[in-house]
Amino acid sequence: MHPAPSVIIFTTLSGLGFGLLTFLGLGLPDVTGWTAFWFFVIGYVLAVGGLSASAFHLGHPERALKAFTQWKTSWLSREAVTSVAALLTMALYGAGLVFFDTAWQPLGWIGAALSLLTVFTTSMIYTQMKTVPRWHMVWTPAHFLTLSLAGGALLAGQAFASIFLLLLAGMTTVAMWIIGDTRFARSGTDMATATGLGRIGTVKAFEPPHTGTNYLLREFVHVVGRKHGRKLRLIAGLLAFVVPILLMLLLVTHVTAALAILSHVAGVFAARWLFFAEAEHVVGLYYGKR
Amino acid sequence: MTQLPAQTQKKLGLVIDLDTCVGCHACVISCKGWNTENYGAPLSDQDAYGANPSGTFLNRVHSYSVQPLATSAKPHPAAQTIHFPKSCLHCEDAPCVTVCPTGASYKRTEDGIVLVNESDCIGCGLCAWACPYGARELDAAEGVMKKCTLCVDRIYNENLPEVDRTPACVRTCPAGARHFGDFADPESNVSRLTAERGGLDLMPEQGTKPVNKYLPPRPKDEMPEFDVLAPYLEPVAENPGGFIGWLDRALEKL
Repeated sequence: MHPAPSVIIFTTLSGLGFGLLTFLGLGLPDVTGWTAFWFFVIGYVLAVGGLSASAFHLGHPERALKAFTQWKTSWLSREAVTSVAALLTMALYGAGLVFFDTAWQPLGWIGAALSLLTVFTTSMIYTQMKTVPRWHMVWTPAHFLTLSLAGGALLAGQAFASIFLLLLAGMTTVAMWIIGDTRFARSGTDMATATGLGRIGTVKAFEPPHTGTNYLLREFVHVVGRKHGRKLRLIAGLLAFVVPILLMLLLVTHVTAALAILSHVAGVFAARWLFFAEAEHVVGLYYGKR
Repeated sequence: MTQLPAQTQKKLGLVIDLDTCVGCHACVISCKGWNTENYGAPLSDQDAYGANPSGTFLNRVHSYSVQPLATSAKPHPAAQTIHFPKSCLHCEDAPCVTVCPTGASYKRTEDGIVLVNESDCIGCGLCAWACPYGARELDAAEGVMKKCTLCVDRIYNENLPEVDRTPACVRTCPAGARHFGDFADPESNVSRLTAERGGLDLMPEQGTKPVNKYLPPRPKDEMPEFDVLAPYLEPVAENPGGFIGWLDRALEKL
């Protein structure tokens, strides 16, 4: 799959933002007044900034409101609905903390649940794709959810929780990579089933339909990015999990916490780039490519 | 709405005969011609006369080389070239429809055609992700999703002579490799062809239940083992007589 910068930025930032909002909704840290204001500003900048980045890859962003209508079948529509519900609920809860020094707690719990639900709907947009076997498994939502919680814990300054959640997120990420490697072969889709010509013999692509490229090849067949997959996994794993865990174990100050967050975000960007670059769409088979 | 109909009254679709297709790409051209001038946004091209041309097509013809397995009777079987037109298969369980966030993609209850309402399409591209066949292409100029309409503006069009009320690709195919009809009717041309020739689904394991069927190439004829020209090349006379015979003998003695 083509690793579009808008989608990588969107899923990374909004995952972090909704992770932070989840912790704020749970009252972790227990803040009010100006401190609460700045925590909520960070959460909203990340979540809303991510959402607006996703609008850049639309052909017609001016019609985006229509995307709230098909929640019965479409995970993208469900994501739109839950994200707005989460942002509105958390805005009310945040207003209580900032302006009235009161935690309207049930509202916070609902907001936290909706924030996590938003991350889950994002992950399901990818998980539902039977056409991309690497994504079509339970480890995809597990990776998105644990990563969002780990990043949220880091941003919320929850040192102990963040160590535990970073470990968990690291494990689901490694599981997603290793199990993901076997998914295409196990999907049962190959050139024989794609063309129906398998019972005659071995199928090879002889000539593509056109001399140039096309939308399908640009969007779905991204071979270049996989070349350094192993090295990038190592870099992503070190930056996103190992370095922040070590920093949080050593000594928690504002400087180490900031460094841990920066390292984590850089690592998640690398992991998310790989999430798209390593994903192979079955349509590539028609072109004899993966 | 992006909920799929439980059942459609008709199941309109195509049968594509891989035995007959000669790979001339006439269906590609007639499809682009009709659909760029009629239903919905035109099918744009980018850099059409430049170094890196690309464009939107609703139907494309691939070519494959298939190498049969060697057997003891045939240790070196010849590879076959098979031309393979591909367009939307108008699936019964169309995954492209249910993922659409705006309701722009839908499957018609009356005839099962999968269409895009372009004024509702936000161009997110998710339906193209969900399609395993590469049947949907986002138009680079219009920013909306384009796909085969089964020429919905021809097949019911009473302004056209009756013979033209078929999809443009079917109407133009010079080899007769494309057939249009209703799969819900077991007596239709397409249902009978599918039954007689063992029509196939593409990627059945994807669970899309495609309506369009592909007829597999028939087994190749066996080449005769003898040389067809041999009888005509045998010497006319083995033991010539007369003047030629005398000349032959005289020259032998020299």
